[in-house]
This record gives sequence, structure tokens and C-alpha cells, in this order.
Amino acid sequence: MKCDSGAIVVGAGIVGAACAEALARRGLSVRLLDARSGGATAAGMGHLVTLDDNDAELALTRDSIVRWRAWAPAMDEGCAFRGNGTLWLAASDEEWALAENKGARLAALGEAVDLLDARALAGVEPALRTGLLGALRLREDAIVYPPNVVRWLLRRHPGQISERHAEVVEIDGRGVTLAGGERLAADVVVLANGIEAATLCPELPIVPKKGHLAITDRYPGVLTHTVTELGYLGSVHNSEGPSLAFNAQPRPTGQLLIGTSRQFGSRDRDVDGGILARMLEHAAGFLPVLRELNIVRCWTGLRAASPDSLPLIGRHPDRDGLWLAVGHEGLGVTAAPTTAELLVGAIFGEPAVIDPQPYAPERFLGRSGAREGAEDA
Amino acid sequence: MPELIVNDRPQQVAAGISVAAALARLGHGTVRISVGGAPRAPLCGMGVCQECRVRIDGRLQLACQTVVRDGMRISLETLLGQGGQG
Amino acid sequence: MSVALNRECDLLIVGAGPAGLAAALEAAPSGARIVILDDNPRPGGQIWRDGPGVRLPRAARRLRSRVAAAANIEILCGARVVAACPPKALLIEMPEGGALVSCTKLILCTGARERLLPFPGWTLPGVTGAGGLQALIKGGLDVAGERVVVAGSGPLLLAGAATARTAGAKVLQIAEQAGREALVRFGRGLWRWPGKALQALRLWSPVYRAGSHVFEALGDQRLEAVRIRSADAVLEIACDRLACGFGLIPNTQLGELLGCAIVNGAIAVDALQATSIADCYAAGECTGFGGSELALVEGRIAGLAASGQPARAAGLAPQRERWRRFAAALERAFVLDPVLRTLPTPDTLVCRCEDVPYAALAGCRDWVEAKLASRCGMGACQGRTCGAAVEFLFGWSPPAPRPPLFPVRTETLLRLADRRHSPPARPAEPGR
Repeated sequence: MKCDSGAIVVGAGIVGAACAEALARRGLSVRLLDARSGGATAAGMGHLVTLDDNDAELALTRDSIVRWRAWAPAMDEGCAFRGNGTLWLAASDEEWALAENKGARLAALGEAVDLLDARALAGVEPALRTGLLGALRLREDAIVYPPNVVRWLLRRHPGQISERHAEVVEIDGRGVTLAGGERLAADVVVLANGIEAATLCPELPIVPKKGHLAITDRYPGVLTHTVTELGYLGSVHNSEGPSLAFNAQPRPTGQLLIGTSRQFGSRDRDVDGGILARMLEHAAGFLPVLRELNIVRCWTGLRAASPDSLPLIGRHPDRDGLWLAVGHEGLGVTAAPTTAELLVGAIFGEPAVIDPQPYAPERFLGRSGAREGAEDA
Repeated sequence: MPELIVNDRPQQVAAGISVAAALARLGHGTVRISVGGAPRAPLCGMGVCQECRVRIDGRLQLACQTVVRDGMRISLETLLGQGGQG
Repeated sequence: MSVALNRECDLLIVGAGPAGLAAALEAAPSGARIVILDDNPRPGGQIWRDGPGVRLPRAARRLRSRVAAAANIEILCGARVVAACPPKALLIEMPEGGALVSCTKLILCTGARERLLPFPGWTLPGVTGAGGLQALIKGGLDVAGERVVVAGSGPLLLAGAATARTAGAKVLQIAEQAGREALVRFGRGLWRWPGKALQALRLWSPVYRAGSHVFEALGDQRLEAVRIRSADAVLEIACDRLACGFGLIPNTQLGELLGCAIVNGAIAVDALQATSIADCYAAGECTGFGGSELALVEGRIAGLAASGQPARAAGLAPQRERWRRFAAALERAFVLDPVLRTLPTPDTLVCRCEDVPYAALAGCRDWVEAKLASRCGMGACQGRTCGAAVEFLFGWSPPAPRPPLFPVRTETLLRLADRRHSPPARPAEPGR
């Protein structure tokens, strides 16, 4: 490929920044454009989590966490990397069986996992409610503060990445048009602006999934791991109505970050008191001390979800020169490093770091993809 | 006179005064250690700045907006400074 | 679960200062069930803040007792509004728990807070707001025999100094940043408000110095001295306390959360004190600084208008106009000197919750960037202190408030589910 006019990356969230960094590392000059409309990166939990709902998700998150751990020693303190691991909590016999299965599957792949029985769990996280059967611990999982990771990534190749506050109104494989009419040309154009991607490319099957989060004042030592529930694994997948899951994370500040909710069909950023209350009630069911703790802030974010919950990473089949890194839903932060390697590797014709097929945009776009997308959505 | 238990030590204070006033009278010129490790004391006096939040009966509450009550347990400087991000 | 704390009323008034009390009293004869909320331990707001040993002015005592005598007015003290619960209910937190208060009409009398500006040493114990020291003394803080310096801007400096003196403190200096000419001009116009002229004479102090400002507080673990600069000198004064405030800022957060239009940093109101949203009025300092006389008349107008007496409300317009002119004169006299922007050094903390120094903000483009990069405004005060300072220092407007408006116990927020009819929740995939 030729690279005389460099690359444009649309979206300066964690995925866009990782792509810009990967492009710059290969010698390209990168113009990073962001509309500052409030993306998911600043709103999310910063949980680096290995998920294994399917092989593709597992491959993406595992490979990415290895890359995060490689970045960690070089990241500044502002990035707030903590390799504190995730505890998947089992509240019933059925969930304990799930924990054992999940643990065995991950261990066979070489993941650092261990099962904690009720007593061991109470020993490591005494603030959790009594009566839990135990937990599966994923030791490689971690947390970061994504907005500062973005800044760190953009500083890695001085002079090669220029960031600009600009709203893109039109995009194709040869460049972008900004609000106000200015045209910027490039050899490579990467679309990585999450929920706004479908505004520029209406053919993308991306919808918002709204989430609520709350954070407490500083209460150091209440939790050490990120704790989350296994409960969802037994539930029927259903995309209607809001849904809740317990996730509590001890931030390096001593604050507890409490989630999560997911809600389709809402694009507004308002905190919904009813959903917030039920999310906190659910969380307090696992972490009783939460009732007494002060919440200092609540906010929402919009996850960019694809019909099969996997991101679209690769060449846009119908728009030559346009590359996609969108639709990560809640995994944008976790999956950013591998997303960037897959996408930029493909741009440069390098061998793929993991099998790229499950994330190929063709599954929704192009002649056959459009039909599949329509059926799934 | 109401009795407060400040850092596990029972001490008598005048009725009707604020916890902020009581702590100052009992010699606690500092009620909080900041994130960066510096001593802090009540600032705004009217429930805005949160500088005077202390643990009262186990909960973080504002000393300036809370009137002393007999048997109240107050613990100071438990909110240790941590400089981390995020 | 204390659903028993929940309340319903016809008229909900947020703030039991002069505006709120006056509003309640005018609305009471209509027979409306009235609830007044206030986050302070006792009614009175800041200017009439009550406490042990406080001798309230006669007007305050009279208003308080008339409100107390009205059977249809309930005052909830120690009640802090933390969220809105549409339609027409507010979530409050009280020491005994959270509660929803629903109402037909609402009057916001949320008052003002002090503008506190950063300078080296301002985080030392012993440094307070000017109104802050006054409030702390009214709450029982013992300052007898202490050496106090008062600094900043506005009439609150004289009031704060008077309270400290009455409590036995020795006020060494009152440093007003506004220039002598501006104050003389203001003084010459005071004949139009004779009560204010008398008050100024009563509060006047021989240690009052116009055209001077504090630029450093010195001390190790506690305040030991301050440095004050005027046109011709720099003075170092050993002292035990510095009471320092730079004027007042309307508390608009609840109004903003409800969707009220904000103009010039205050809740915008029409001739009947109605805000831009239906059935919601606002009065007193949250609609712009003006002092207790203006707050009283605005409160009366709002109370009358909200209880269906618009003609009587309109009759009070001339009184309000008179005190608005006084407020405008004050505003002209006490404009902040741009030199105050130069007080912080690179390591002066701007955000006291998160200990963010000036240098961490200086390179940022706006509030959102500063917040995400440095944690400025992310702490427990939710940017109330640093947000106002940053607005003055850098011109960045703070972001729109979100619930909770104050740090609040999780248990209190659970009450938001009490009356919501969202579809039932189901388990979801965590961690994403």
C-alpha cells in the first residue's frame, strides 16, 4: 500500500487511539478526528475482562489482555492499570457447576484461573454477602482508566499522530468531509467512532445499548478484585427491556465503581432513576455494605452493539479504502489492542494475529452480509 | 451535656453545637487527610465543599451540617489519601 | 424500608431561608399543604442561620414564629434534595433515610454559595469562607481570643467580621479586593436604601482596606499568617484564621436538573418568579444575588403566584424593583479584579477533593478534558468549589448537573424505584 498522505482515524476513543498508535508504529502519519460527543471510552468501567460466551469472543479478549499486560509496565500512573483479577460469583449449585466448567475450559487453554470455595471467597472478599457458593477467579483480568490510556497511546509516537476536534459528516475510502465543508484526503480511512458510526455509514447494523454506572466516595479496602455474577449464564438471551448484572470494581482511588445495566432503544444520556435504583438494589444484594456507602456520581454511556455482539473489524466490503473498527459493545476497552493489530495488520497485509473471520464486516455488509444482518437484527 | 465518642474516646461537648464546632473545641483542628496527604478542616461551613466529611455512626457525613447528639460515634481521618486515577 | 418518610403536598419549597419562609407564609392562607425542605439543621438559610447562642434579627424571629404557627406548613430540616423523580417528585435524604416528596407546585429557594478562589495555602486548616466562618461560629465554633483576617469581596466580609468580633475574635484586617473609588461611588448611592446605609455604618470597621487582596496563606499543618497585597504595600499578618470569600454564586443545580432555563448563572424567572418550566417558581439568591430584602419580596411574590394570587403578587413588583436596583449597585461595586486570576502558582491545588494542582489544568482545552485528564471536579463536592474557581480562572463553564446532586447513601437512591413503572429487569451479561 502507499502511504504518502497518511491515515485518518475517525473517533478518538480507546479503539481509535489504539488504531492510530498501531498505524503510527508502522510509520504512517495519522490524523485523529473526534467530535467530542461523549463516547463510550470515558463512560465505561475500564474492566479488562476475559469473556467466553463464544470462541471468537474468547480469542479476542484473551489475546487483547496479553497485549494489555505487555503495555502495562510502560503505562503511566494515570492509566491506573491494576492486575487485580475478576471473581465470577456463584450463588447457586447451578452457577457453581458453571464456574467449574468455565474454569476447566479456561485452564485447558492455559488461563490463570482458580476456584474459590465459599470459605476461600469470604477470606479474599469479606464484604460480599454470606451464602455465596464460591467464585471462579481469572487472575489475568485487570482494570485501567481508559481516558488516560488514550492520552498515553497518542503520546507514544511523537509527531506522528495529530488530534483534532472535528465532526465528520461524510466518509469514504479516500477521505472525509468535515462539518463546514472542509475535505481531508487520506490513503487509509479508519472508522472507529462507536455509536456514531451508523450515522456516517447507515448500512452498519449498530445500535446503542445504554448503560448506567455509579461510583462511591473513597472507601479503600472494601473490595480487592473486580466482582461480577455468573448468574447471567443461565438466563435466556433476550434483547427487549432493560437488564441488570452485578459488577463492582475497586478503583485505585479507593472508590467502588458499580454496574451494570443494559437497555436497548435509548439514545438519550439521562440517568434513569428507576433503572439506577434497581441496579444498585441488585448490587447491594451481593455487597450489603453498599447500602451505607455514599454514591458521589452516576452517569450513563452508550455501547455500540452489533447483532451478534461481536465487533466489525476489517475492510468495508463496499467502500474501498474504508476500514472498520466498530461495534464492540461493552468490550471496546478490553479488545482495543487486538482490534488495532487485526485491523492495521490487515491494512498492511500482515499475517493476522488471531483468526479474523468472526469479526469480518462481510457478515453484515456486502451482498450476502446485508441479508444476514437483516435477519439477525 | 451530650457525650461524643471521638476515635473511641468519650468526650463531653456543649448541646446544640455542630459536629464541626465540637471537633474544633475538642482540639481536632484537622478532620480529614486529603488525597495528597495534607490536613484539612471545615471550609464552607454550609454543606457545599465536603471538606468536613467524617464518619459519624459509621457513615460519611458532613460535620458542619450535623448537630451533636448524645452517644454519637465519630471517627476521624479514616478516609486515607490515595492518589490513584480513575 | 421507610416508605413512611415519603410525603405528598400541594406546594413544595426547597430552602428555608428568607425567600422560602416568605413564600410559605404567603401561600399558607390558601390552605395548601406546604412542605419546606432545607439541608441545614435549622431553618433560616445562611443569612438567618440559627444555632447555639445566635441572636436572630427581629424580622427573622417574627417570620420563623409565624411559619411555625401555620398548621399547614411542615419544615423538614437536614433534608437534602439529591434527585428529581419525574413527574413532580424530588428524592431527598434525611438523617433517618431517603424519601420521595411529591408536589403539585414547586418553589426553588436554593440560595447561593460562596465563591472560593485558590491561592497558595488556601487548603490549610484555619482558612474558611467568609460566610463559612460566620456559619461555623453560628454552629458553635469557638473563636474567642483568636486573631482573624477577613479577605475577599462583597458585603459578606463586613458581616463575617462582625460575627467573629461578637464571638470574641480579634479581627486584624478586612481586605476587600474592590477599589476605593468603586466603593465610594457605591456608598454615595446608598441614601436610596437608608436601611442598608445604616447597616453599612453599623458594620463598618476601622481595619477595612479597599483595594487589597490576600495572595498567600502561610503555615505548616495549620494557618499561621497571611500575606496581603495592596497598591502600595505587601503586608504579612500573623493570624489564627483567614475568612475568605469572593462573592456569591447562585445554587442553580436543582433548577438545571429540572430543566429550568439558566441566564447569567442564575435561574431565569418572569415577573411572577415563574421559571421556564411549568408549575415551578424560583426566588431569592438562586435567581441572582440580591440580599435578604430582595429574597423576602421575591419569596412573597413566588408564594402568592404559586397559590393562585397573581394580582397580589404583581402588586409587589415595585418593591422587588427597588431591591434589584440595590443588587445591581452591589454587583457594579464588587466586580472581581482580573489580578485574582494570577494568584495560583503551578502547584496550588484548585480541586480540593482530588488535590488537582493548577498546572494540571493549565494545558487543557475545556472542563471535560480537564476532568477526564486530571480528575478535577470528580470528587465529593462534585465541582461546586473548583467548578466556580475554574470558571473564573479559565472561563470554562461547568457541565450540566446529574443526579445525585450531592453524595448520597446508596440506600437513599434505592427509593427512586418506589414509584417508577419501568419494565421489570432481567439478568444480563456482566462485565461489558
